[in-house]
Amino acid sequence: MAFNIYDFTTLTHSIHVGLAESFSPVVATTIEWIIVGVTYLLFVALFGLFLVYAERKVCAAFQQRLGPMRVGPWGLLQTIADFIKLLMKELIMPRKADWFLYNIAPFIVIIASFMAIAILPFAPGLQSFDFDIGIFYLTAVSSVGVIGILIAGWSSNNKYSLIGAMRSGAQILSYELSVSLSLLTMVVFAGSMQFSTIVEGQRDAWYIFSGHIPAMIAFIIFLIAGTAETNRGPFDLAEAESELVAGFHTEYSGVKFAMFFLAEYINLFIISAVAATVFLGGWMPLHFGNLESFNHVMDFIPPVVWFFGKVLFVIFIIMWFKWTFPRLRVDQILTLEWKYLLPINLVNILLMALVVLTKFHF
Amino acid sequence: MTNEELQSYLTERFPEAEIKPGPQYVEMIVTNAALNKTARQLKQLDEISFDYLFCLTGVDYAENMGIVYHLDSTVHRHMMVLKVRTADRVNPVIDTVSDVWITAKYHEREAYDLLGIHFNNHTDLRRLFLDDGWGFPLRKDYVDEVRIVER
Amino acid sequence: MSEIREVIINNDRLATDEYLVNMGPQHPSTHGVLRLLVRLEGEKVLNVQPHTGYIHSGIEKMCEAISYPQIIHLTDRMDYLSAHMNNEAVALCVEKALQVEVPDRVKYIRTIMDELSRLASHQLWWCVFGMDMGALTTFFYGLRDREKILDIFEETCGARMTVSYSTPGGLMFDIHPNFQKRVKEFITYFRTKLPEYDKLLSGNVILRERAEGIGHLSLKDAIDFGVTGPSGRASGFSCDMRKHHPYSAYPFVKFNEILDHRCDTLARYEVRILEMYESLSIIEQLIDNIPEGDYAVKMKGVIKLPEGEFYQRVESARGEFGVYIVSDGKKNPYRVKFRSPGFSNMFALNKMAKGHKIADLVAIMSTLDLIIPDIDR
Repeated sequence: MAFNIYDFTTLTHSIHVGLAESFSPVVATTIEWIIVGVTYLLFVALFGLFLVYAERKVCAAFQQRLGPMRVGPWGLLQTIADFIKLLMKELIMPRKADWFLYNIAPFIVIIASFMAIAILPFAPGLQSFDFDIGIFYLTAVSSVGVIGILIAGWSSNNKYSLIGAMRSGAQILSYELSVSLSLLTMVVFAGSMQFSTIVEGQRDAWYIFSGHIPAMIAFIIFLIAGTAETNRGPFDLAEAESELVAGFHTEYSGVKFAMFFLAEYINLFIISAVAATVFLGGWMPLHFGNLESFNHVMDFIPPVVWFFGKVLFVIFIIMWFKWTFPRLRVDQILTLEWKYLLPINLVNILLMALVVLTKFHF
Repeated sequence: MTNEELQSYLTERFPEAEIKPGPQYVEMIVTNAALNKTARQLKQLDEISFDYLFCLTGVDYAENMGIVYHLDSTVHRHMMVLKVRTADRVNPVIDTVSDVWITAKYHEREAYDLLGIHFNNHTDLRRLFLDDGWGFPLRKDYVDEVRIVER
Repeated sequence: MSEIREVIINNDRLATDEYLVNMGPQHPSTHGVLRLLVRLEGEKVLNVQPHTGYIHSGIEKMCEAISYPQIIHLTDRMDYLSAHMNNEAVALCVEKALQVEVPDRVKYIRTIMDELSRLASHQLWWCVFGMDMGALTTFFYGLRDREKILDIFEETCGARMTVSYSTPGGLMFDIHPNFQKRVKEFITYFRTKLPEYDKLLSGNVILRERAEGIGHLSLKDAIDFGVTGPSGRASGFSCDMRKHHPYSAYPFVKFNEILDHRCDTLARYEVRILEMYESLSIIEQLIDNIPEGDYAVKMKGVIKLPEGEFYQRVESARGEFGVYIVSDGKKNPYRVKFRSPGFSNMFALNKMAKGHKIADLVAIMSTLDLIIPDIDR
């Protein structure tokens, strides 16, 4: 296979073998854990900062301005400066807040994001877990974050926070259904919940092409529901600035606010990465049936580039939503889910089952 | 109606009130006792139907207080001024017209806040801008040694 | 705090699932320092009580101590977005009292400045309305175009917002030589940009869903509460002072009073958008025909009004603005009352927002276009 040179399996394997030879199994495993943990932490921190920068630049482009330009070339260091500022800020806790829950809430939110990120295949061999129930795990873990939001809203002892948290709860619980069902549609098509199998299954054609109509419907629903799950505009009711000041994180400052902020961007990344993996082939290059030479050229682009290219594409679309649409009202958001997306989704699964049964796909 | 027609109509209709032509609008001066009834009639009579109170001003006339109502009719497009004076300057009391024109409710609160005119039967007579302990700044004898610099 | 306690004690019992929220005085969507005491049941608004006075500056009291030309400068600070209309109201009132007839040139320039202010105000309203609805991009579109108007103001008046341009007897100074050219440039520019507003926001399905049928204010209520300006006209209340009591150059121009009978948030939105087109057409009719002449009539050094009472109504960007001057013949007024449109408009909020959601309350408040210094004065 042509993209073997880009395969990370050999690299990770040799690290593993090297560690296992020099240390006892327990120590070797511990070191591996630490390496993996630190890698993820670094990745999340850096990619989070990059996403904040990207958001500001994209938003600036939509709003006919330049965005950050002062700190570093093209304002590249702006987000780092902001992050340092956030780290140095005083942590102010409302006097009547619930101390324990108030402090633990940002951790729950960010841990949920980290757990979800662990399952994503970045490139061949670059994936920390490969469950056979990967998608099930993902949907389960991604709904943990809402507990953190609810706790944050309740423990802040602020009415705006409470309203924001309740909105967020109602919203995420509803849209979780659509996310799961649209993923389930693709599971029906792929015949597996394992991410590696799903990616491997898209070697000849990405699912969005081979699954044609039902896959495209599922993709659109996933994008809408995914945007809602990450609490981003036009579904940013939980932190609706003009109504609830800052929603559930009104009372948070400094590093704890930074955690919520970072978690929001990681969630954005996760949703985009899942969309890219399940619908757009993950790290799999663009292949077209019999066009051997075209496929060969495509294989020269490393899988990591493919993966991040697709992820950034989806992220751009989601940012596009945010900077174009007005916010929905709370009853509209629930109407949209329960009266439109959910029935469409259920019908779509049946349609997909029919497609699979009749083998009417590419 | 033109100002002259309005004046003759009002003179005929409200014999007990004092009606005179002002520089811009017809002016009608009533006593406090007749205020609420007159206001209601001004609004309800189809020939004049003053349904839009566009301005309510409290004035401190040194010897007593007064309220000036500027009225407009959205049907006939004519305007007039209704005036009422209080008997007492220190504890002025006037009947409310907020049951006739809703907007008067808030303008009367303002007049109460700034001039200390008390409105009878007003449902929600609280200070609007200032604290409860503050004086009534638009009164001519209001003194605030800290904040007002005399020139 | 004491007020909250008072409400809790005085008003009927608070059921377990009702609660009070203080919106403001520091809140992103109250556009200044308005405090709304909102009683909520979940997301539903049960009652809204505005509390004002956070930026009360006693302008009416100050006016009693200063001369008429000085009052002009205080009126800028009330409704700072329609500063020129406020200036003009005082100027017209003083001119009416002294029976001074200003040259046509003054009337034309005043009217053009009025309409430019109205445009600038509606642009700012539009971008802030978008922000309140959660569409953040509108803010920059609106401000981009408003800058052009403020640049014209700056060139002619020396100030961008608090223009203080009209003065009793005419204008502070003549227009800048570039004025006509730049205004015409702006009109051609804005005629291409105004349709963008519709593309970005007006046709958006989310906006229409959120605004349609929300915040109903019937014609009767609008008159009862004295809701004027675009908010009143969206309820079918024909209250345009430019039409009913024309002043300055308004008798010379043709324009439509935009009326809408749908009475909801969407109607108030669309009335303002259409008014921008009307303003453009008014400026177009006047800008090429500014007559030659003096920019002010010679007034006495110390202006003293004859004894009496004088009232002047003008149409500001938010509604009917009135100046009531009681004069005792001295150089200071005896009593000045400003009838500010925002004051009357604001108190209709409770009527409109009752029974709707929090998000609707914000949208309704935004379509009323409240300026807090205008209310508090």
